[in-house]
Formats: sequence, C-alpha cells, structure tokens
Amino acid sequence: MPVKLSEIKGAVHADLRHDSAHKHVAGDAVYIDDLPEPKDMLHLYVAMSEKAHATIESMDLNGVRAATGVALVLTADDIPGHNDVSPFAGDDPLLAEKLVEYIGQPIFAVAATSIEAARAAALKANVSYNEHPSFVTLDQAMESDSAIEPMQIMGQGDPDASLAGAPNRLQGSFRIGGQDHFYLEGQIAFATPQEDGDVHVYSSTQHPSEVQHLVAHVLGRPTNAVTVEVRRMGGGFGGKETHPAIFAALSALAAVKTGRPVKLRLDRDDDMVMTGKRHDFRYDYDVGFDDAGNILGIEIEMAARCGRSTDLSPAINDRAMFHADNCYFLGGSRIKSHRCKTHTVSNTAFRGFGGPQGMLGIEYVIDDMARALGKDPFALRMANLYGEAGRDVTPYGMTVEDNVAGELMETLARGADYGARREAIQVFNQENQYLKKGIALTPVKFGISFTTTHLNQAGALVHVYADGSVHLNHGGTEMGQGLFVKVAQVVAEEFQIDVDHIKITATTTAKVPNTSATAASSGSDLNGMAALDAARKIKGRLIEFAAEKYDCPKDRVSFRNNNIYIENKEVAFADLVNQAYLNRVSLSATGFYRTPKIHYDRASHKGRPFYYFCYGAAVSEVIIDTLTGENRVLRSDILHDVGRSLNPAIDKGQIEGGFIQGMGC
Amino acid sequence: MASSNIIRFLLDGKLREIENPDPTETVLNHLRYGMARTGTKEGCAEGDCGACTVVIGELDGNNIRYRAVNACILFMPVLDGKELITVESLCADDGSLHAVQQAMVDTHGSQCGFCTPGIVMSLFALKKENRNPGGNAIEDALAGNLCRCTGYGPIIEAAEKMQDNVAPENADDIKDRVDALKKLARHQTLELTGKSALTGTTKKYYAPVSIEGLADIVERHPNATILAGGTDVGLWVTKQHRELDVVIYIGGVPELQEIEDHGDVVDIGAGVSYTDAMDKLGALYPDMGELIRRIGSVQIRNSGTIGGNIANGSPIGDSPPALIAVGATLVLRKGEDERTIPLEDYFIDYGKQDLRPGEFVARVIVPKPKANQHFRAYKLSKRFDQDISAVCGCFGLTIEDGIVTDARICYGGMAATPKRSAQAEKALVGKPWKKNTAHAGMAAMEQDYAPLSDMRASADYRLVSAKNLLMKAFVETTSSVQTRVLTREGAANAG
Repeated sequence: MPVKLSEIKGAVHADLRHDSAHKHVAGDAVYIDDLPEPKDMLHLYVAMSEKAHATIESMDLNGVRAATGVALVLTADDIPGHNDVSPFAGDDPLLAEKLVEYIGQPIFAVAATSIEAARAAALKANVSYNEHPSFVTLDQAMESDSAIEPMQIMGQGDPDASLAGAPNRLQGSFRIGGQDHFYLEGQIAFATPQEDGDVHVYSSTQHPSEVQHLVAHVLGRPTNAVTVEVRRMGGGFGGKETHPAIFAALSALAAVKTGRPVKLRLDRDDDMVMTGKRHDFRYDYDVGFDDAGNILGIEIEMAARCGRSTDLSPAINDRAMFHADNCYFLGGSRIKSHRCKTHTVSNTAFRGFGGPQGMLGIEYVIDDMARALGKDPFALRMANLYGEAGRDVTPYGMTVEDNVAGELMETLARGADYGARREAIQVFNQENQYLKKGIALTPVKFGISFTTTHLNQAGALVHVYADGSVHLNHGGTEMGQGLFVKVAQVVAEEFQIDVDHIKITATTTAKVPNTSATAASSGSDLNGMAALDAARKIKGRLIEFAAEKYDCPKDRVSFRNNNIYIENKEVAFADLVNQAYLNRVSLSATGFYRTPKIHYDRASHKGRPFYYFCYGAAVSEVIIDTLTGENRVLRSDILHDVGRSLNPAIDKGQIEGGFIQGMGC
Repeated sequence: MASSNIIRFLLDGKLREIENPDPTETVLNHLRYGMARTGTKEGCAEGDCGACTVVIGELDGNNIRYRAVNACILFMPVLDGKELITVESLCADDGSLHAVQQAMVDTHGSQCGFCTPGIVMSLFALKKENRNPGGNAIEDALAGNLCRCTGYGPIIEAAEKMQDNVAPENADDIKDRVDALKKLARHQTLELTGKSALTGTTKKYYAPVSIEGLADIVERHPNATILAGGTDVGLWVTKQHRELDVVIYIGGVPELQEIEDHGDVVDIGAGVSYTDAMDKLGALYPDMGELIRRIGSVQIRNSGTIGGNIANGSPIGDSPPALIAVGATLVLRKGEDERTIPLEDYFIDYGKQDLRPGEFVARVIVPKPKANQHFRAYKLSKRFDQDISAVCGCFGLTIEDGIVTDARICYGGMAATPKRSAQAEKALVGKPWKKNTAHAGMAAMEQDYAPLSDMRASADYRLVSAKNLLMKAFVETTSSVQTRVLTREGAANAG
C-alpha cells in the first residue's frame, strides 16, 4: 500500500485558500494607504506636463512655495543623484528638466500638510512651454521613423523563396488597441526618513529591488541606504513593475529633504494619465500557404507604440516576436518588429508582456487563410501546429520539446462541442440579418522565463525559530496571484509541517537582495525553488543533528506529518528544532535559484530563451449586433495544462481572471 | 429642536455624533482618515469601481431599508439620521466572519483583495434588500464593483452560496435600531456651518425638511449647489476639487421623494432615486426601466435621482431622452410658484437651462403609455452597466392602422443637449410604418445632428449608430426578430 506522505495542512497541490482571504473579506488586509499616518506626515502631489512635446521655457514656482501648508517643492534641480528612474535605458527623468515628451509627465512635485493643500498649491505654478510637433499615433511615428531602438528581425529559413513558391498568398493589415491596468489600488509610496540620511519606503511594486536601486540612484546614495518593503499590492498586472519607482523616488526624496514621512498616493485620474499601459500594435503580413492551408512562409511586420521612453519596450516587443508563431510552425519566416517612439505616456509591462500581441497576429492570419480557402479555421490551426523533427524549431531557434497544444485543442473541441456549435452558428447567421455569431478555438503557448537571461534568479530567507515556528521571506511580491501561499506550501511540504506554522512576511529588500520583478509568469517557479533551497539547507542541518544526536544514519531520519522520525523514534518538529537550537545549530538559511538551460543571443535573436512552454486553449462563442457594434461573449471554455499545480484553486483563479482581463474588460 | 451643528448617525449600531463636519467631506475620507476605519477602499473616487461600497440604512415606516452606496462621493452630512454599515461592522465581536464574508473566502472570491470589502458590502446589501431574488439580481448587484483579478466567477459563486447561508437577524436588534433611528428624525432644517480646511472660508449646508423650507432656502441662496444623490456633485469635489460654499440637500424633503400616480400621468419627485423610479417607470415602459438600470450601478441608482439627471443639464444624461420621447413635462418651483414646461424646453444649450434664480426642479410628470404607442430606448456604451452613453436613442412612436401618427425621437450624446430629431420625426409622421419610411427617417436624421468625436465614440460612429437605432426600433415594432445582444435576456434568447 502506498504511503501517503503529506497529511499536513497546506502541502503542495492542496487547494489552499489565499493566505489573506480572511483579512481581505474582513477589511483587515493592510495596503499602504491603510497604514497609520504619522502626525507630521506630508502629502506629495505631482504636477504634470500639459503638453505632449515641448520645451519648458520657464517654470515660476514662487506661488507654489508660498501657498498654505507647503513644506517643500521639488524640481529636477533638487535631485542630488541621477535624475532617472528608468529600468535600464537611462531615459526616464524623474522630473522633467527642460524637455517634456508626454501629457502627464511629472514636472515638479509639492509636499504639503494635506493632499488638498499640495494640489491647490500646484495650481499656482506658472509654466510656459515652447511647443514642438508631436507624434501621438503609431502611424505618425512610423512615418517619421521615430523609434526607441532599431527595428529587430527574427526568423528562419528563406521566407522570400517560401512566399514566392507558395500556391496561395494573402497580405493584410490590422491593429489591436492598448489597455489600462486598472489595478484597483492606485500607485502609492510612503517614505520614512531614517538616520544617516537613509530612507525606508513602502512601495506598491512588483519590483522592490529595482525601486530600491532607483531610489538610491536618485538620492545619490548607495543601495544599502534604501529599504523597500511591500506586503501586498491591490493588483499589479505589470503596471507596478517599473512605474512605482517614480513615486517611491519622489516620496523618498521629499522625506530625506524634509526629515518627515511623506506619502504619495495618486488619484485615479492622475494615475491613468501619468502611467503607461499595454502597447497597441499594428500588423502587416504576407503569408504563403498551400491549398490544404499549411503555412509555407510568412513575413509579419509588427509596430508597437512604446510611448516616450524605452522602459521595458525592448523586452516586451521581443516577447511579441517570440510569440508571433504561437503554436505554429511557420516555415520560412521573417518577423520584423518596430518599436515606435511617440509623445505619449511610456507603455509598459502588462500581463502577457507582448506575448498576447504576438499571438494575435498569427491567429488573425490563420483566420484570414481559412476564409480565403473556405475551410474551418480549427482545421488549419491543427494542421499548422509544431510537430516532428523538421517542424519543431521556432523562428528563434528553440526546439519545441513539450508540445501538447494539439492534444489540448482536440480535447477541448470535443468537450465544448465545437463542431456542432459551429454548424448551429452558420444556421443562425443565415437566419438573422442583424445579429451574427462566431466561434473560435485558439491555443496558446507561452514561454516561461524572463527573456533577459540574468533576471532568472531568485533568493529566499527562511528562519526557524526555537519554538518551531517558521518565518518565510523571498523576493517575490504578492499582488493577489497567491504567490505567498504557494511558496509557503512548498516550505510546508519540505519541512512536513502545517502551513499555519509558517509566517508569510512582507517582501523587503533588507532580507533578500538583488531580486527580479515578480513578473514573466515566473514568480512561483523562481521563488518556490529559492525557498525550497533555503528549507533544504535547514532540513539538512536538522537531519545531520538528529543523526548525530540519536546515533543513526542520516537516511534513517525523515520528516513527516509535523514530526521527525529517527529510526523508530518520533520527535515533534518543534522539539527537534529546540534541541538543535540548544546544540548551537544554525536554523536560518538563505536560498537561491537560477533557471537552468536558458541562453539567448539578442543580436541574432537565437537561443533558448525559455526553460519551458506552458500551453492552453480556449473556445469562445460571441454575438455581434451589426447595427451598433455591440457584442458579447456568449460562452467560453478554457483548457489549460498546469502541470502539477502547487495550488489548483489559486491557479484556476489566475486562468479565469487572466482570461477575463484579456477579453479587454 | 433648533437646527444644530451636529450630525447624528448609527454606526455598528451605536450613535455617532459629529460636530461641525466639513459639509463636503466624503464618508470615505472620514472613515479612512478621520476614524482609521480603513477597510473601505478608494479605487476611483468617482463612484465607478465600488471599492468604497458601504450600506446605508434608512427608516421606512417600522422597517429599515438598506441600500448599497458609494462612500467616495457621499458627503458626511447626508448620513444624518441614517445608519451606516461598513465592512468592519460585519464581523462578529469574536472576529468570526459574516456569512457573506465566509462565502467569499470559501469560493476563493478574493485575489488582491482591494475590491473585496466593497464586493462584500454589495453582496451584504443584496441579501439585506432581498430585491428581485434570482434572475440577474447577483450580476446586477455586482455591476458597480470592479474586480480586475478574479473574472467574477468565484464571486458570483459566493453570492449564490450565501443566499441560503445568511441567518435572519434578531427581531429585537432590528427594533432597537428602528427606535434609535426614529430618535434621529429631524423636524427642522439641519444647518451646518463648516470651514474649508484649505481656504478657511465658511461653508454652509442646509437640509430642509419641507418643500416650503427648501423653497425659502433656495430663494435666499440662488447660487447654492442643490444636492440630491451627489453622483454628479460628489465628483465636483473629488475630481474637480471645487469648494462648494453653500450646499442645499433635498434628501430630507418628503414631497420630493414621492412618486404619485394620477391615473394618466405619474409624478416623479426630484429626489426620487433611480432605484425607485426604475421600478415605477419600468412597469410603464420596460425599456425605460432597463435604461435606468444601465444609467448606473446599484450604488449609483440608490443615490442618484431622476431630478438630478435632468437638473444638471447634461447632454449625456440618459433619462432626459427617454422622458422627452414619452412627452414628459417638468415642474419648476420658486417660492410658492410653480411652472410647468415641456422637458425638452428645459435644455437650452450646453451648460444653459431654463432655470431662473431661486428656482429648483420639483418633479417630472410622465404620461403613461397610450394605445398603439411603442416605446424603445437604446443605450450604446463601452461598459455595459454604469457608463456614460456614447449614444442614447429613445423612440416614442404611435402607429395606428400601419400609419405613424406620432413620433417623438430623442437622442443623448448627439448634440449639446438631449435633442429631438425634428427631421426624422417629420419623415415618419403620416407615413406607413414600412422599412422605406424608416430609411427616410434615418436619412433625415443627418440634418438634425452633427455629433462630436470624443473618447466615447467618433462622430461617424455616433451618426451611423443613431440612424441604425431607428432601424432597430422599426424591426422591433414590426417583427419578433431578436435584435439585442446586450441585454442579458437578449443574450439568453439569442443563445
């Protein structure tokens, strides 16, 4: 009879509730704006450019400084370090110096005794602009060759020959719009000055380490002068990867300068104007295919509106290229990607990080082919999936080893009755003049790993206290996705103790340094493995201690069900921990993980950027009113391969929520 | 009792008194920053996301009527005489969760948790109100609560689960609160004098308790801001950051809260909420009920008023086109005097209404449907529930023996005011109600409107869809062909 190993509460693969669920529903979960406000705290308001592209001729802030309640006015001149909060490119000034390049760009900030006072004071500024012509749309930027970096090209084979030899060709063009994150909790930072000019910042961010580095950079101080902490975010979705640095740096700067705590919480309107969104794309394509609908060659030219600065747009657009194949072998392919600079807010990470935009292109192309051939697009999708050797290498040279797309699609088509519904829809459309229905079944293959290879590392810190309680910390951040409970489950499983004994703690740069953003769908993999590494170190020491103390081989010591079994002896986890403590065994460890196998050469766009792919498929039926354009999704079925889920309930929530968000709601 | 400078309300069942409140401080800010009750969240500060949802209890005879509202645009003095329930009120003294909260935990209904307190309160109110149980009640109750994480599936599941799960409240507790609220009833105008924290200027707030009292105060303060539900005025404060020097709240004037059925017409008092008007007008004109439902979420409908939707003169309010299309008239009052005008005449131009100094909107008179009259209303908006219309098209058509004998066609979002389509009406009246007549009306419409392009829609979309709505009205009044995808019933039928 198999031994059931995990009878602990909260082992891996258990449907554990979100660790904060009880607090969420009770209103007890603390977000940054819920923290008690110290009585001398200042509120910071950020004044924004009113022009899309202009030189600031003069900025008279005397009226602002003299206004009621104002303690400090910050301009670019007040920045002691570097006036930059970009993730790497150096082109995101914290406060504009002379040039403004989008409506909403921060130009100065006011710290006052209340947000109302700060806002009212800011209105007393007298700013004069010398306006320049501005590119606002993708097309304007393309016409003017306005770009944040050179066009990138990825591909394989000889697309020109493949296209030329194809019996059928189709060319077309289409677009997809952008999207605001609308995290329910807006951008916020709360900075408290510390001794020696140091600063502690609560920041609602997916990337505490980057916020830390950038705050230090702005202050002109070493990284160790800044601590960034975040317990939870009220949603992130990519919008809190790079942008929080703006607000953290401004509040930190004001705190250091005034010696008072400073809060900067954006009003929703200001948040929407000041912070970047999902990139909107334009696609042009030329596809060659045979009469059966097999793609023989393709050229896809994508253009994305990056906004005024580099931000993460290179990586986002790279990911759009990585997913321009979605699940399909494209034959001879050339994927061009234009990264357009416009005088609009700098677009940024948003769930999928360019991946959805990349996939949309090829799905549209296949639909177009199906219409041209009069075939069911599902058949074309199945026909074009990656397959055996010769049809298993992506345009960036990675071999697809784990392809389950076809199996998922067939299972889903059967389960959701795709064929019969498609026929019923054809009848409906013939019978209805104004309302029309459609159905589509599309797969998804998403590459897991940061495509910037060095980011695929994570750290964790685990303490076991002498009473057997565990303190868990890692570099990942909690934005609702359930990362904290999943990592806690990993540690619970390893120690074989109930998850209740593990204290989930706020992410802080003081405990785990040099972390990557919680992004790229990598949070559980990276941080779970790092925490596992830390737990294993402590467990190893406990085993060694127990083996020595009880004089038995190490392999006779095992952890199970809140106990440690040493040969035939059963010792409670807490008791053994206490004995270890008394015998001067270290019960704290750091953990580290780096994703294996991955490598990528960006110059040639070749390599293995992803550790693995994850796959899913969805079938949706929609109805549209041709008189008004109103439309509605009538039914969606989703099938997703989640492997061995750490927490199926949490993962289901991510799949459903991600799908709905992707619908554009 | 003379007018005092104190507002009184119940919170957690206990009497709270606040002296000298800032008349335009929002309930949300007071809870969060005045009382450190931070469970209620700010997501948008304009009544669109529902993170700030609280529940207000108001005396209704010997019962208390509970309604979910947005605390972010609710001014503190409006709480006077009412019961306030926040997410913190729900947990038992021992910290155990309310059934609504427990259901949300059990179904994994929270992810980031920021919208969750508001969702809990909306579901709590749904259970308390127990209006229209079943059907789309759950979705309707949640339409004003944005959740970006879950996709709503588990929240709807929680709502279904909690339906059977909520223990009935102890009758003694209810009686205690009813008695407590009765003691808070006002018989004289509430008059508050506050100070702007920012400028130090004096701010006045009046809440009269009779229409005569109201008329008197409005005449004395002709430039005052008249406050009903605050779903527009609230944003003047939270978004435009305006200081309102004198606010006159009409929610305590009983005459304005009345719906009176006079047989052939129905009078809707200026202070009647969308929620209440929806029931009455929806019974007369089903499309008008659905239109009002889509004006705003439950929270907005519980606060906002038909009177306010008219009085503010907006070209994109949804109720005026519908009311104009059925021939409603408006009663304006100044002192003792009343005058009645066709509703469309109230709207003179953008930002300009036929409202004289010292005058206020008292009620709207809505004729009941006549024989052979067809009414259709269509709202085109990006967000299905709770959005400002790109185009709102309303049609009051009388068809006798196949001939159009009367046509009242009015659009919102197509001009600087809600505007009738004189040319289209002309093209229809006297003609047989056939497809070519509808086409003639559509073509004529181009002479009536030159709509703008803005973030809601392009001018082209507005004009094309406005014309198509007439075709939709034609199809709906002459056949049983399904033409709607976006009503939930419509989708069900279509599917």
